[in-house]
Amino acid sequence: MTKKQKKILYRIIATAVMLILLAIAEPFIEELEPEYQAVPYAKIISFVLYLIPYFVIGHDILRKAFKGIVHGQVMDENFLMAVATIGSMILGEYREAVAVMLFYQIGELFQNIAVGKSRKSIAALMDIRPDVANLVTKENGKETVTKVDPEEVAAGSILVVSPGERIPIDGTVTDGDSTVDTTALTGEAVPRSVHAGDEVISGTINLSGVIRIRTTKPFAESTVTKILELVENASSQKSRSENFITRFARVYTPAVCIMALLVAVIPPIVNMICGNPARFGEFVYRALTFLVISCPCAMVISIPLGFFAGIGGASKAGILVKGSNYLEALSKIGTVVFDKTGTLTKGVFEVTSIHKQRFSDQQILKFAAYAESYSTHPISRSIVNAYALEIDKKEISDVSEISGRGVSAVVSGNRVLAGNDKLMNDNGITPVMCHDGGTIVHIAVDGQYAGHIHISDIIKETSKDAISSLHNMGVRNTVMLTGDAYEVAENVADTLGIRDFRAELLPQDKVGIVESMLEGGTKRRHEVAFVGDGINDAPVLTRADVGIAMGALGSDAAIEAADVVIMDDDPIGIVKAVKIGKKCMRIAYENIYFAIGIKIIVLILSAFGLTNMWLAVFADVGVMILAVINAVRTLKPIK
Amino acid sequence: MAKTYSIEVDCANCANKMEQAAKETKGVKDASVNFMALKMHVEFEEGIKGHEELDVMKEVRKNCKKVEDDCEIYI
Repeated sequence: MTKKQKKILYRIIATAVMLILLAIAEPFIEELEPEYQAVPYAKIISFVLYLIPYFVIGHDILRKAFKGIVHGQVMDENFLMAVATIGSMILGEYREAVAVMLFYQIGELFQNIAVGKSRKSIAALMDIRPDVANLVTKENGKETVTKVDPEEVAAGSILVVSPGERIPIDGTVTDGDSTVDTTALTGEAVPRSVHAGDEVISGTINLSGVIRIRTTKPFAESTVTKILELVENASSQKSRSENFITRFARVYTPAVCIMALLVAVIPPIVNMICGNPARFGEFVYRALTFLVISCPCAMVISIPLGFFAGIGGASKAGILVKGSNYLEALSKIGTVVFDKTGTLTKGVFEVTSIHKQRFSDQQILKFAAYAESYSTHPISRSIVNAYALEIDKKEISDVSEISGRGVSAVVSGNRVLAGNDKLMNDNGITPVMCHDGGTIVHIAVDGQYAGHIHISDIIKETSKDAISSLHNMGVRNTVMLTGDAYEVAENVADTLGIRDFRAELLPQDKVGIVESMLEGGTKRRHEVAFVGDGINDAPVLTRADVGIAMGALGSDAAIEAADVVIMDDDPIGIVKAVKIGKKCMRIAYENIYFAIGIKIIVLILSAFGLTNMWLAVFADVGVMILAVINAVRTLKPIK
Repeated sequence: MAKTYSIEVDCANCANKMEQAAKETKGVKDASVNFMALKMHVEFEEGIKGHEELDVMKEVRKNCKKVEDDCEIYI
């Protein structure tokens, strides 16, 4: 508890004790009063006695209310509480006045503690800021290591990171082997191993060995700073439900105050007209009860708290959401458009199968690998990698690359051709065509067709699950965009169960396709999300309702352009993001309906005199506490 | 230009009132208060730079104190 909170707690305890003592003493005070006396001494004595706890518990509220009036703020809750309690004092309900003030303060204290707690647990989620950097400086050939503030470290400096320490600044490992824990950034629990030459990202924890890194960026531009800034600024983009509750709060208080005035004035006048007793006191009391429930804080606190906790919980899972409006949009996604390469597939080519006419698989692979061994093309590299054995360069001669066709080389005395069908046709060889998707490399040995090797971009293990989960969650349409050939795209789309795909696209076509889906403007009930790796699809990411960048760890451009950033490259992250969005919205609506509902019920009951001020304060405070507890549920991790 | 300032305020509705007060201050194009992070994000009007920002923020603080006596903005 903070000092401020403790002070209020003492005041609450003191007031509660005094209230109990006064309740015990009251019969004795009444006995002091002789019957038929002109001056009601007992009333005056108990009034004065009740004033003491009233001021102990309420002096700051009265002071704030007074200041509010001076500044023209007549509708704030301090003013309302002051009017309600002073009013009941005048009506002679001393104990009630003090009790209402007391409960109000207890409620405020509870709220303060609850909000402080959730603020802390959210802050702990984002506790990835490194405190120190161990800077290596060289002087006269002697190395010294000094602890410095990461902000003072220039790009290009050398830092030492010991096991257990957080890597303070983005850089490249120059020395040492270790594993790093990226959980805080990606939610990925499996540590990543790093060696000299590998890039490391700030905010991750060095686990096993001492490493030295050369920083590539200053602290201010490092990943950890970018992420913290993003999450801290996230709630400046407010969701529709937050804006709704803010507007609602603005009209709610004045509306309830006007109703209070009507309750205080109209029924007594009607009573008088009808010739009944006016019963002024009773209706003023009911009106004062209205004032007690007119405070909008319970609603106002619970909605942004839920979103804030949702954003915090998402970042724990390695998903950065740039604003609560995007959580809202995520919950309403109807169409998800995927970029294929790097998003659904790994973007890495691998040999998937070998179809032979002659020789064994291994022999075909060997011929191909030898022939392609001088090429740096990704497809050639994938064949060499698949062969895996050492290549004896002495056996290769007479290598020539034929642009747009393939290669020709002499391997162990055999003339090998490796390339596409055009290369085969040029040499009078008829290739066997294949209907499987992917890229095909035909191999011919000594003028005779030998077989072909399939090479394709590997689909990520979780892509299929991610797509079917999205469909199950109510995403009606999934679309895949790719620059690849139609057959390749069709194959991937079929495997993954994607409903629609567009192939052979140029990068600029993607914007047009997403834009055509966006048509219908704000009248559309469903949002369109685009998922890309952020490398060359920044314009599409910006254009879509929700731009989701994947595998964006360390890519500034993607973090900049996207609305939602999935730090690792697992497509399940999209599912998690949608789930978090849906959960946040569900809780936000629960809180809105619950808080407004209870308040309206209590208002109606009060209008008919079925409640008292105590109950009203309980309703107010209780609703707030329940709403806060409900909102904090969004912090819980999503499976 | 936009800057983020640390603030102190006790209740969520007061934070909303501060946001409104900041928005209505001269020299402020837009403002938003994040009650959970206790941050105020202020976007200044074009042409306001350097020490003028400070003056605008002093005015923002004054206006915020008017609507919520118990608040603070760390400029």
